[in-house]
Amino acid sequence: MKPAPFTYYCPDTLDEAVRLLHEHGDDGKILAGGQSLMPLMSLRLARPAVIVDMNRVPGLDRIAVNGDGGLSIGAMTRQRAIERDAALAERNPLLAAAVPLIGHFQIRNRGTVGGSLVHADPASELPAVSVTLGADFVLASAAGERVVSAEDFYLGYMATACEANEVLTEVRVPAWKAGRLWAIDEVARRKGDFAMAGVALWVDMDGGACADARITLFGVGGKPVRVEKAEQHLKGAALDDATLKEVERIVFEELEPDSDIHASALYRKEVGGVLTRRALGAAAARGTEAA
Amino acid sequence: MAESYIGAPIRRREDIRFITGAGTYVDDIKLPHMVHAAILRSPHAHARILSIDTKRAEALPGVVSVFTLEDIGELDATVPIRMYKIPGLDKYLQPSLARDMVRYVGEPVAVAVAESRYLAEDALDAIDVDYEILQEVMDVREALEDKVLVHEHNGTNLAGVHHVSIGDADKAFAEADYTRREEFRVHRFTGNPMETRGAVAHFDRGKGELRVYGATKLPHLNRQTIAAFLQLPEHKCHFEENDVGGGFGIRGELYPEDFLIPFASVRLGLPVKWIEDRREHLLAANHSRQVTCELEIAARKDGTLLALRAQIYGDMGAYVRTHGGLVPCSTAALLTGPYRIPNYEAKIHCIMTNKTGLGTLRAPGRVESCFYRERMLDMMARDLDLDPVELRKKNLVTPEEIPYEIGFTRPSSHPTILDSGDYASALRQALERFQYDEMLELQGLRDDGRYHGVGLSYFVKNTGGLEPYEGARMVVGEGGGVSVYLSIAQLGQGHETAMAQICADALCVPMDAISVFHGNTDLSPFGWGTFASRGTVMAGNAVHLTALQLKDKILEAAARHLDVDAANLSLEDGNIVQTGTEAPALPLGELVAHMRESITPEQGVPELEATAYYNSNNITHTYGVHLAHVAVDPETGMLEVLKYLVVEDVGRVVNPLMVHGQTVGAAVQGIGGVVLEELVYGEGGQLLTTTFLDYLLPTSTDVPPIDDLVLEEAPSPYNPLGVKGAGEGGIVGTAGALGNAVSNALGIEVKDLPLSPDRIRAWLRAREDG
Repeated sequence: MKPAPFTYYCPDTLDEAVRLLHEHGDDGKILAGGQSLMPLMSLRLARPAVIVDMNRVPGLDRIAVNGDGGLSIGAMTRQRAIERDAALAERNPLLAAAVPLIGHFQIRNRGTVGGSLVHADPASELPAVSVTLGADFVLASAAGERVVSAEDFYLGYMATACEANEVLTEVRVPAWKAGRLWAIDEVARRKGDFAMAGVALWVDMDGGACADARITLFGVGGKPVRVEKAEQHLKGAALDDATLKEVERIVFEELEPDSDIHASALYRKEVGGVLTRRALGAAAARGTEAA
Repeated sequence: MAESYIGAPIRRREDIRFITGAGTYVDDIKLPHMVHAAILRSPHAHARILSIDTKRAEALPGVVSVFTLEDIGELDATVPIRMYKIPGLDKYLQPSLARDMVRYVGEPVAVAVAESRYLAEDALDAIDVDYEILQEVMDVREALEDKVLVHEHNGTNLAGVHHVSIGDADKAFAEADYTRREEFRVHRFTGNPMETRGAVAHFDRGKGELRVYGATKLPHLNRQTIAAFLQLPEHKCHFEENDVGGGFGIRGELYPEDFLIPFASVRLGLPVKWIEDRREHLLAANHSRQVTCELEIAARKDGTLLALRAQIYGDMGAYVRTHGGLVPCSTAALLTGPYRIPNYEAKIHCIMTNKTGLGTLRAPGRVESCFYRERMLDMMARDLDLDPVELRKKNLVTPEEIPYEIGFTRPSSHPTILDSGDYASALRQALERFQYDEMLELQGLRDDGRYHGVGLSYFVKNTGGLEPYEGARMVVGEGGGVSVYLSIAQLGQGHETAMAQICADALCVPMDAISVFHGNTDLSPFGWGTFASRGTVMAGNAVHLTALQLKDKILEAAARHLDVDAANLSLEDGNIVQTGTEAPALPLGELVAHMRESITPEQGVPELEATAYYNSNNITHTYGVHLAHVAVDPETGMLEVLKYLVVEDVGRVVNPLMVHGQTVGAAVQGIGGVVLEELVYGEGGQLLTTTFLDYLLPTSTDVPPIDDLVLEEAPSPYNPLGVKGAGEGGIVGTAGALGNAVSNALGIEVKDLPLSPDRIRAWLRAREDG
């Protein structure tokens, strides 16, 4: 379990980092928190010829509140920093609730927001949460910056829109709507393991009926799976038992997961539906509490 | 001083060094000019090796040597069978490096030695092996068809068969009111000690001596094999164990690497280090369990057990290793458990597949058989509308029947005899402590939306014996300090503390005056090892006997010095006391100082040392009860163990803190194995669980606090101390108790493991459909 030979760069500026990425193209790999990359390299499952370590690039670990109340989160922000930011929990409770589900605290101390988003493990929490939140990703390269929505960012199994010469620098999260109901839930073999199935969702209510909703599942496909059919069904409906049951059925029908050693495809379909129903119930309960 | 050191809750002497990072493990050994080995392992489950080309690897900078089986030449580097040598198994042995064929993913093919482990692993990448991939066979039933042969030249995958026959099972079945037949399966998993295997071998060319660090469990036996392999005199081979981070049956067995690393050192004349990484551990160290059993039970309507009949299938993997047929045979050995079952028949099949070889893991075979039997008893209780506790009580062997000879349940010339016990008493205390009757009220669907269940299992477990002896040497030195040299190895259990307690009591000196040394074959010419919960039984009694001999010698020397009759002397807390007189006590240290000064040719050399061996073929049996309370989420299949109790009788407790630690640790390991852990093979015979991301060990959040009650109601009559081993009682009953608890919770019949959420969902779906 020792990595294959590689060349290590530790740039001090973003310009230098993107220049190195430009220079090395597909041979280059960004090192952020290293919580996935380093084990993969040690197992020689990843053999990047060049490592560009972003840990000395300044300014990429800031959490800022934009004028409209949205968040701007630097890609090198440690997951633990979000977890410990009480003010952030007020501004985006779903994001705050998602982070403690990532691995263990030792992993979150080191692991970064950007690293998790770009690594794009389909069973991890942050990609799904970013899709549900409608986040935008800022990608920098030698050619400048471009912005890609989270939904467009995830292409397939561990494949993203991030090119080899690009680095994720910032995540922009739209402002949280007042009164929004939300929940995140997952089932993993052990606490801290990758989810066999999980769901991150929010619902905006208008009186007794759902005005808008976003439901994204994780661990049930090659990438975060947004279930628009279920969202459509919710619109205009009350969050009652019948609606929740129907949403469970829709999610079950819509999911097309694979089997692996921890769970069969059928299990993931079932539990994806169950968790969505339960999460909607938890979201509704939040509304009742608030009222 | 304490009334008695034995029985006192004394903190382990080892703890401070382990907890503060002051231990010395094999990876801490760093020698001048040391080089590092890495092992090329087969990526295929079954393939013919057409060619191996090491030239490219040898040319890499920093690479010292690359070698294959050809380089080992005529030396015999075959991993031997040491136990349970069922006829036929010896045709399925593993050469330390693959010879023409590879038969499992992970089989060693070549060794690269380089200036660093990094460079050695780079060299592995540059070894070119041409394989012709063959069809693999991964399932025992399929293997029995012999369509794909793991060892083609042997013509069959059925490597060996052993029969157990006691009474007349067929007759009992023919006459029984009630019979039932079920197939049970226990999956494949392994021990995963925190410290993986490792070795530093240093062949000193000048002295012609070999020193091997990282030896453990069976250092003398391993030295014997390796010395013979390398054609070195045994006394010039020194095996040192250092500190060891756990064994669980896995670590310390003799493996291919135990040949390869010393061989590399002899070949190169350099110290060579190899530390197994976790991926290698999961691929290459012994796997365990994976025994399938077709079990039949026969009884009277009133629940009186009449007979068991079993077909037992052990998935041996690709090679028979040191334990021979132990795992499946041990499944048969105690299948009847603590019950009076006069007729018993078992046929054990050892079957080859393209997997890593099978070896022992904490209570090998016994975890499996307890699961089969205790599940079957619960099924029978349901069928006959009997209370499962009453059913067990009715059939438990009574104290009046003990010693109870079950018969010849092993391939051994010794019958299995339950040596001592009050089985009903342990059951009664377990039920009380668990508040079993109140807990039963909780069964069924509760307010938390989960199904709750309570499960019980009863176990007996053989401890000690197996190999007949262990020894100790004891020396009194300056200041009255006592050195105890053990022949037995330690894997982290706490011999340094427990053996000092035993010594202190027998010798009548303070425990602080005693130091315990172990883990070096130079300390003692003979020794077996640490397995089968035999440390306290075998080495503990050896220490006891040695201390008694040494005490006599001390008193004789003191008698000469004081010019009194030895019969009037006694040792009390490290002082020699003249009984019935006002004479001042003579501290042992002063006696030693005097003897040193007064050595004259006339007096002879004062001898304050003794060596003794405890030698016994008798096997002690611990016994006890496991009780579990679980809750299952029916929609997700997630299982939570809410409460767990282990009650075991170990005869006599030397150190309650250590027994508590063993019991809790074993229960946690058992729950992990039953609920989480599994070695999963996929397409092409690839092992899919090669990291801790996929091989799931229990963590502190996955297990409840384990409650334990350790009893001393039935000391073993077989040894002077009356002790039995305490290392396995906490694991034996886990599969049985949890299997029964989940079955009771969900109204299903658990017949295979692990109790994973996916599997639980599948059972529930089948029930809903059916």
